[in-house]
Amino acid sequence: MNWLRNLAVWLDDRLHLTALYASTAGHEVPASAGSWFYVFGSATLLCFVIQVITGTCLAFVYVPSTNEAWTSLQYLNHAQFLGWYLRAVHYWGSNFMVAIMTAHMIQVFLFGAYKYPRELTWVSGVFLLLCTLGLAFTGQVMRFDQDAYWGLGIGASVMGRVPLIGSQLVHVLLAGPIIAGETLSRFFTLHVFIIPGLIIAIVAMHLRLVLTKGINEYPRPGRLVHKSTYDAEYAEILRKEGVPFVPHAIGKDLIFAGFVIVGILGCAFFFGPKGPFGIPDPTIVDTNPRPDFYFLSIFAALALLPDWMEVLVLFVAPVICIVLLLALPFISGTGEKSARRRPVAVLSVVFVMLTIAVLCYMGQTSPWSPKMDAWSADAIPVQFVKNRTPLQLKGALVFQNKQCRNCHSLGGHGGQRGPALDAVATRLTEPEMVRQVIQGGGNMPAYGKKLSPPEVDALVAFMETLHPQGVPPVRPSDQRENKLPRDFAVLRVTK
Amino acid sequence: MTGPHNAQHPIPQDNTPREQPDPSRRDWLFHIGVAANIAAGILLGIPLVGFVFSSFVERKDPRAWISLGPLESFPEKTTRIATYRNPFTRPWDGETANIPCWVRRLTGNQFQVFAVNCTHLGCPVRWFKEAGLFLCPCHGGAYYEDGARAAGPPPRDLYQYTYKVESGELWVKGGEMPTLSNPV
Repeated sequence: MNWLRNLAVWLDDRLHLTALYASTAGHEVPASAGSWFYVFGSATLLCFVIQVITGTCLAFVYVPSTNEAWTSLQYLNHAQFLGWYLRAVHYWGSNFMVAIMTAHMIQVFLFGAYKYPRELTWVSGVFLLLCTLGLAFTGQVMRFDQDAYWGLGIGASVMGRVPLIGSQLVHVLLAGPIIAGETLSRFFTLHVFIIPGLIIAIVAMHLRLVLTKGINEYPRPGRLVHKSTYDAEYAEILRKEGVPFVPHAIGKDLIFAGFVIVGILGCAFFFGPKGPFGIPDPTIVDTNPRPDFYFLSIFAALALLPDWMEVLVLFVAPVICIVLLLALPFISGTGEKSARRRPVAVLSVVFVMLTIAVLCYMGQTSPWSPKMDAWSADAIPVQFVKNRTPLQLKGALVFQNKQCRNCHSLGGHGGQRGPALDAVATRLTEPEMVRQVIQGGGNMPAYGKKLSPPEVDALVAFMETLHPQGVPPVRPSDQRENKLPRDFAVLRVTK
Repeated sequence: MTGPHNAQHPIPQDNTPREQPDPSRRDWLFHIGVAANIAAGILLGIPLVGFVFSSFVERKDPRAWISLGPLESFPEKTTRIATYRNPFTRPWDGETANIPCWVRRLTGNQFQVFAVNCTHLGCPVRWFKEAGLFLCPCHGGAYYEDGARAAGPPPRDLYQYTYKVESGELWVKGGEMPTLSNPV
């Protein structure tokens, strides 16, 4: 076996492998950094590698052409051997990547790892976050279905709101005046060449900074960071309790990596790939576009914001967020690292995550969207039409046929855009109902032109019957006597 | 980085002064080299940028008159969907280049032709005849039958195409995605 050893020595001499190993995998880290909290960075990188590998495989078959993309996705799902599985792994890999990257970012933030001297590690991480979100958006366009088409439409409409250069930005985004042949090619190029290339470059810098500036020691409450003393303290930590990253600190990363891979593969196997949904034919207007979950929160915010805030949230807020993230290590680059002594940091994480989660949930349920088929699909529940007069029944028909149900629910079925009308008679008097129906108001369109006077009479007669048993409808006289707010009636009902 | 093998075989130190080449000639070559590469970079860069942003270089009005079909297909006092093949198209566009629009014929040759794109964020609005409303599935924007904003987040009325009636057909000027900064 002597020749084998000689070969190894020769290779090492020519390639300087020992030195490379010592300065990378074998570099010393504080023993305290071998913690379960420190596994998310390597796991994010692992996800990225999985995405590159599965994405490359998918590119063997996928056709980035507006005419063929959807068909080639169907081919991948149904005809190509294991095509569905590769698509599923790529899709779930992206979900895991965004989720684990978020965990990594929260951990780094709460452990004060962005502080002196690791400012640029954090800054490069912020750019990696932006690149990953870019991959997520462009990846959703690769699944070229109705959601992708109208998602691009939303993107273009957002760009179109930029003052002065809006029209040019739309042009750049869509590679032309409208979503057409070159739009998909543009997003394909971004998704498979430009953004992954940027990520590889920035990850290289990110990792080099981890090597040169060291990994953050596990913070201890009360041990403050001072620019004048920190470097010496860190050297002292390494001298006292430094261990080589491989093999002494990588164990937990390896175990977590195994779980991540099994998690991605398991989700892919059991839940399968996402879509493609309807064909990207814009003439099918009977569609309900929703973004992937990474962007659901923004989608929801755009439904819930008042008009005057939209431009602020679309253009000013992202800039402020990114600038704040980039400036963070320079604003609070020293001092306390431990989350136990940084209540504001902990609360801001909780606040941001709760906001995103609630908005995601609202985006998923979209109570602001009319239920487009409620008027034809959801019959009025029996209890609302039993023992009614012919006029009231006629009103129920008007209610159904004029598509009121698309926005107003009865018995829990129907749209949630407007208030549920199960107990409307306890809130509005007859004249108020007439006025509301004819003139609209409070985000309800006016129906004066679409309803004849007899139809209005019938409709209001029907709505007058909408009150719980034992709770009488409000009468105009009631209100004059007791000056209680109208909603008091609702309170009585719920009690 | 200094490998261990460099340490094992140290390069012998030579203390005799090196023969210094003519510094002015070296500097001159360096500067010429940098300048040549800047020039070459510009020569490469201009066509690259021009290619990527070609849609600006060749930018002309993408809109053209398109027929939506004979007038008979749009009865008076009705609103119907019509589709056209987008004039700005590539051979590999497929169905993506089929663009819908809502045609409302009032009386005679009076029309309103609305883009399907909601003015809020561009999602396709749907026509509900009985309610006389266009409703958007994304954020619940609503418009009256004349395109006026009725409720929800839209910042303005529906976008309307310029139209004309010629040789018994309805024509619209289309080809561009309507946005707030470029309303048809």
